[in-house]
Amino acid sequence: MLSAEPNAMTSDMALVTAIRSGDQGAMKALYDRYSSIVYSVALRVLQETAAAEDVLQDVFMQFWRNPGAFDASRGNMAAWLAVIARNRAIDALRRRRPEDDIEDVAVSVEHDLVSEADRSRTMDRVRGALQAMPAPQRSVLEMAYFEGLSHSEIAGKTGEPLGTVKTRIRAGLLLLRKVLAA
Amino acid sequence: MNVHEQFAEDLALYALGALDDAERQKLEEHLEACASCRRELELLRGDLSLLALTTAGAKPPARARQRLMSAIAAEPRLPVGAPAPERRQRAWWTASGWPALGWAMAVALVLVGIGLLRQNSTLHQNLASLRAQFADQGSQLEQASQTVATLLDPEAMKIELVAVGNKPQPRGKAIYQRRNGNLIFFASNLPPLPAEKIYELWLFPANGGAPIAAGLFKPDARGSATVVNPPLPEAVEAKNFAVTLEPESGSHESPRGTPVIVGVGE
Repeated sequence: MLSAEPNAMTSDMALVTAIRSGDQGAMKALYDRYSSIVYSVALRVLQETAAAEDVLQDVFMQFWRNPGAFDASRGNMAAWLAVIARNRAIDALRRRRPEDDIEDVAVSVEHDLVSEADRSRTMDRVRGALQAMPAPQRSVLEMAYFEGLSHSEIAGKTGEPLGTVKTRIRAGLLLLRKVLAA
Repeated sequence: MNVHEQFAEDLALYALGALDDAERQKLEEHLEACASCRRELELLRGDLSLLALTTAGAKPPARARQRLMSAIAAEPRLPVGAPAPERRQRAWWTASGWPALGWAMAVALVLVGIGLLRQNSTLHQNLASLRAQFADQGSQLEQASQTVATLLDPEAMKIELVAVGNKPQPRGKAIYQRRNGNLIFFASNLPPLPAEKIYELWLFPANGGAPIAAGLFKPDARGSATVVNPPLPEAVEAKNFAVTLEPESGSHESPRGTPVIVGVGE
């Protein structure tokens, strides 16, 4: 069992194991480690602090209730929480019921994002890749991701054919992957 | 990566949650059968997570942490895999039907249940999930919520026992906690409602003020009805309760109809 203030070096896996045994201190440590990620994503999508706080609360409560939803052998905690937070924030933005159970969301990242230094390095490269993207492609990706617009809504907004929008979304994502793999 | 090309673009849209229902269903059917597309979906989510992580930097206010930790403290969990508290068999007193024990104890248990439920603001309306998530609040809650569920179950058999030779009369029982405004009311043997009429429960304040509306209700085919925690002003001291037969339409703020049953005190 972890103490109330787990060491910063405690691995995500150890925290999750402690949380699975009902350790509230471990939950606090996990929150301290990842709340900024969850909150930042939610704030970017919702543009409003109170709504972002609700998503923050919701994501961590879901995790507390069902820590088994995160499969540590496959995924990366930071990436997984970021995806869950984005999805919940979009659900809140569109005022719809959550579409996914958190355990149905498997996320695979091939980069080490555990330490803040790793994350910060990776993010610099991702931001660089986004900046280097042709503006229409970046904008389609951001509309789909941060505004939760469907491809047909984006096509309606930009006046581009549906097929082009679809292609741009996928190509944009693959480009990110390629940049990081390089 | 051997991703099926015809699904490649849809996979990205699926990861974004941007497919419509028909497309989504079609893709999900394919995903069930195709491991390489499932893998690609995970990778696409990974790509998307990088996009999400570019937003990092904002710090939530300290109150958010406090709020979460309070919510967690209010929802302690058993270790995963630990045995759940032994689920009690139906309590001895339910075996022969709850009326045999009398209203007082049944309702006392309901009040225990309601009190516990209120302590947990996140779960106060969902007894079923409360049982699941709060297993370690112990058998007291287990039993109380089971009791509440039984009492409020419209399917449950409810038998009124009266002195031999007497015909069942309309009757009701109001249980009221002034300090927290909890009110539970059960009625039985009420006559069927005439057209465009409805029953209404009233609280008569001890200060002699006008009666306060405490809920409209329609009995079931057997003449039974329940009113649980109607909205009431705070901390009103009650002198009595009564049920009237009211016109269904119009204002229900003050009695217009005829009394049907009235309290006789403790």
